[in-house]
Amino acid sequence: MKKTILNWQSSIIISAGFLLAASLYSLSSGSADITLKDIIPTLLKGSGTPEFSILFNIRIPRIMLGFAVGGSLSLAGVILQGMFRNPLVEPYTLGISGGAALGVALCIILGLHRIFPDLAMPLFGFIGAFAVALPISLINIRKGAVKTEGLLLTGVMISYISSSIVTLILAISRTEDLQGIIFWIMGSLEEPSWPLISIVLFISLTCLILSYVFSLDLNALALGEEEAIHLGINVERAKKMLFLIASVLTGVSVSIAGIIGFVGLVVPHFVRMLAGYDHRVLLVMSFLTGAGFLIFCDTLARTIISPVELPVGVITGILGGSLFVYALSKRFLR
Amino acid sequence: MIEINNFSCGYGSNVILDNIDLRINKGEFVGIIGPNGSGKTTLLRGITRLVKSFGGMIRFNGKDTREISFRELAQNIAVVSQGIPSTMMTVEEYVLLGRLPHYRKFQLFETEKDVELAGHCMEITDVIRFKDRYISQLSSGEVQLALIARALTQEPVLLLLDEPTAHLDITHQVGILDLIKKLNMEYALTIIIVLHDLNLAAEYCDRLVLMDKGTIKKVGEPEDVLNYRDIEEVYKTVVVVETNPLSSKPFVLVVPEEVKKRCKR
Repeated sequence: MKKTILNWQSSIIISAGFLLAASLYSLSSGSADITLKDIIPTLLKGSGTPEFSILFNIRIPRIMLGFAVGGSLSLAGVILQGMFRNPLVEPYTLGISGGAALGVALCIILGLHRIFPDLAMPLFGFIGAFAVALPISLINIRKGAVKTEGLLLTGVMISYISSSIVTLILAISRTEDLQGIIFWIMGSLEEPSWPLISIVLFISLTCLILSYVFSLDLNALALGEEEAIHLGINVERAKKMLFLIASVLTGVSVSIAGIIGFVGLVVPHFVRMLAGYDHRVLLVMSFLTGAGFLIFCDTLARTIISPVELPVGVITGILGGSLFVYALSKRFLR
Repeated sequence: MIEINNFSCGYGSNVILDNIDLRINKGEFVGIIGPNGSGKTTLLRGITRLVKSFGGMIRFNGKDTREISFRELAQNIAVVSQGIPSTMMTVEEYVLLGRLPHYRKFQLFETEKDVELAGHCMEITDVIRFKDRYISQLSSGEVQLALIARALTQEPVLLLLDEPTAHLDITHQVGILDLIKKLNMEYALTIIIVLHDLNLAAEYCDRLVLMDKGTIKKVGEPEDVLNYRDIEEVYKTVVVVETNPLSSKPFVLVVPEEVKKRCKR
């Protein structure tokens, strides 16, 4: 038994180390030349220097947001894959991202983002996400029972419906709106507002703690729903709560950072390969690794062809996609 | 221990079990036999409340099972089902999951006592020698042993088994059933087991429940239940029932079409 706990410790240390390395890489990369050695003196000197404001107002907020969003998406991914016992489920399968995209697209063509520049898009994204999550759960949670396959299928269908409507909106919108919508859909961590970042951080960490209440339920669910019931798990309650947690995590991340793909699909797989099946370690490790992965991808996105910034979704897609194919081929070889 | 009164249940509007009455006493070893689709597995699922009841009730130690939480049921009743867990977990991790019903609220890690108990159950079932292997790497016989070890780790008073000997060779069939018999005798564990093999059922069970189309056709000792008239009526197959010279339990032989014709001539 002691061996397992040591493995857990080393797994968590590895993922925390990865997160730290990604954060330091991100802190020290950019158009302004700030090396690793300069970071601590600059931060200690306090405000006033341009280096300090670059670090404190540009790079640290992005890292914080990357931490919260990357962590949230991976955590939602590992929860949903565990709950559905399906390795291809990701946070966006539930249709929540489609709803958020629809909300933002509506907000942009109605011109609301010009009236409330900071708040309108996240707010509409959030409303859109929950306008979709609500009917999905209402359709499938009847008489206290959650129909798992139904949840998945309705989620996928609603994704298609909302992406069709987004395409329709794209087709009839003006050029400048078009660009706004497309850039939002591709996802970005550019969000200068500290209050919003703190909200996302707070929600993601709260959900991480909450998910631990159901970590053993997830372990039992790995055997199948009936076996979990035979182990005394209140499966219906667990599924409802886990679905809620995953929806909140996804909805909040998507409404603030757009649709950043692959983090929630690939990271849980890698973590599972490293740490085994046990959700007591998977949850926190997914969170840390996902956070590190997104921070790393975001740094690549803004430095690779600087001064032009690539959408981070492109990097996570290419990097995550190739890693995923690699991981799958490894799995089949075994 | 288990009292089933006028129990009916099914899926959707499909009635599978119709007006079942059955009593099972503490310490008994009861086998459920019957053709495919006669409701054997559903009877087990009814006891653990996995199927919706249409009427009647099942009492466990005098208490209506519908008033017992899944957690409390799991502390008393363990189930060995047919499915093989397909996840990437080691045998020891799997067996430890059996402690879940006994965890306190917000308990996240197993205690020293849980680990000891799981180890003890793995020793009884001889699972301990492959405890570090992954479930997916085990043979069918080893999987069955692991399933039983996990069930024992729940510290149940009643063990329900759904065809634990399916797909096993005779060595493993006898090994598994000997183990279950030992648990029944030494630990006074009450056993309800679904078996397809009538001869194994006759050798090991104190009582047999013969099911047919969702009802109980006959209940009694193997000698009473396994007579050729009832078997032929329920299974629609010609059989010969003889007696095992060593155990003096009945055994059932099938008669192929070819042989039947020859005998008529």
